[in-house]
Amino acid sequence: MRKEFIETLITLAEKDKNIYLLNGDLGFSFLEEFEKRFPERYVNCGIAEQNMMGVAAGMAMEGKKVYVYSIIPFAVFRCFEQIRNDIAYHNLDVTIVGAGVGFAYGTHGATHFAVEDIAVLRVLPNLTIISPADPIEMAQLTLQSGQTKNPTYIRLDKNTKKLHQPDDKIVMGKPSILKNGKDGVIITIGSYLDIMINVQKRLAEKNHHLKLLHLHTIKPIDEEALLKEINGQKIVFTAEEHKLIGGVGTIIGEILLRNNINNITLKSIGVSEGYPPVIGQQDYMRKYYNIDEDSVYKKILTELEKL
Amino acid sequence: MSQSSHIGSDFSCVDILTVLYFKILKLNIKNSKEENRDRFILSKGHAASALYATLARRGFFSEDILKTYCQNGSALAGHTIKDCVPGVEVSTGSLGHGLPIGIGMALSAKKDKKNRRIFVLISDGECDEGSNWEAALFAGHHKLENLVAIIDYNKIQSFGMTNKVLNLEPLKQKWESFGWQVKEADGHNFKELEKTLLGLPFKKNYPSIIIAHTKKGAGVSFMENELSWHYKSPTQEQYDIAIKELDNYAKRIY
Repeated sequence: MRKEFIETLITLAEKDKNIYLLNGDLGFSFLEEFEKRFPERYVNCGIAEQNMMGVAAGMAMEGKKVYVYSIIPFAVFRCFEQIRNDIAYHNLDVTIVGAGVGFAYGTHGATHFAVEDIAVLRVLPNLTIISPADPIEMAQLTLQSGQTKNPTYIRLDKNTKKLHQPDDKIVMGKPSILKNGKDGVIITIGSYLDIMINVQKRLAEKNHHLKLLHLHTIKPIDEEALLKEINGQKIVFTAEEHKLIGGVGTIIGEILLRNNINNITLKSIGVSEGYPPVIGQQDYMRKYYNIDEDSVYKKILTELEKL
Repeated sequence: MSQSSHIGSDFSCVDILTVLYFKILKLNIKNSKEENRDRFILSKGHAASALYATLARRGFFSEDILKTYCQNGSALAGHTIKDCVPGVEVSTGSLGHGLPIGIGMALSAKKDKKNRRIFVLISDGECDEGSNWEAALFAGHHKLENLVAIIDYNKIQSFGMTNKVLNLEPLKQKWESFGWQVKEADGHNFKELEKTLLGLPFKKNYPSIIIAHTKKGAGVSFMENELSWHYKSPTQEQYDIAIKELDNYAKRIY
């Protein structure tokens, strides 16, 4: 979905001369087309993310619409205070595009994992957080967020597989409903949806028909729309390639508590605490943390059979 | 009385602010957002009261508002908040943020072929922050001739002398080696500051920086070069003495 992102950005930039792309010296075989088309509106800021975020803020203060690209650890963690003070506090039209969701860079080691980004960014006022699951969501959500003026964070997954139908309408702020069911709800984020589609299917084969929601817009959440989808159900499962602390499980837990909903059981599946002593491909790391398809399927099945 | 801190930092840079706001910056007091104004960023946001006082005296807003400084419910915080009063461009308070933001503004002006200038006042202790050196590298590389930094070099940072905490010297050579044009000036000498600032840009295709040699707490004998006035507020007695001394100081340097 990198392709869909950059193509959509180029489309937006053709119409809007105020769109700029800043880059933290990464993005090989990804950003070249933008640079070629709009050399005056592309700046490689070097390996200096704190400065890059400040520059983005200063440009946005002058009316530019600025996109900033790096991989998540450097685009988020390295320069968190710049995002907080310079961008969120000033409520500027800056979109941070972070590549490498979850264990996408699994063999690179824990410095390159991106399993805490939602936890740290969702506390910031004004910031919209989007985690598209597939090329169709990426194209539509990039286009929609391009119309807004507030700070936005887009998690750039590497998934190229289409999980939606081409004519599905994706609406920023509203969860996507991929499957309907009355035996519980699964809520997930990002391209991890791919796994959860399979899990949902396998559970259905065991006669457990669960509704499957994709929360592509993590902030702000249309609580009413979300509650409409889960009210009346007995159990909600959240599943994510992100830390259990501060991820979608936490978010749903907060919503249930805040709305005094105590007749729905919440079971959260995600990345547990601890830095791993090993590294591996994304699939390997998912298995390591018991969030691979089989593990998640078994966990959910066990819970459903207890009901 | 605000019972707020950083009075020494205010007196260190208020003469620089005075020269900038009364002699150098292209401003429109009636329309503080006029597109082609010069921008000023107080990156050492803890000297907020010096900026508020300067803006009020320049006529951006009524001096009555100054009485609310650091009072409950006031927008005049101990560190500047964007648009708290007309003329405050950026919210600052954490050091090392002003220069990158100023670069973003300067780069925008350059791309749009506008001739406005961007001034950023930073402190000496602030130069410890690595983000400034990322910014310094960037500004030199991109030849941001419309960018001007001023260092309020009073040689005292939060908890000690700069040469004891983290030595900045040779400071001039550091900035030069990052691709800047550097000039030094007495930060309390109006004529010298004005003359230096009128020479901007110092060289075509280079960002400019002025190392302004200053005194923390300048103008008040018992505050000058005293680290404790980074934190203390004067008693009534000290206040009365300070006001008298400042009157004499003003006569001396104007």
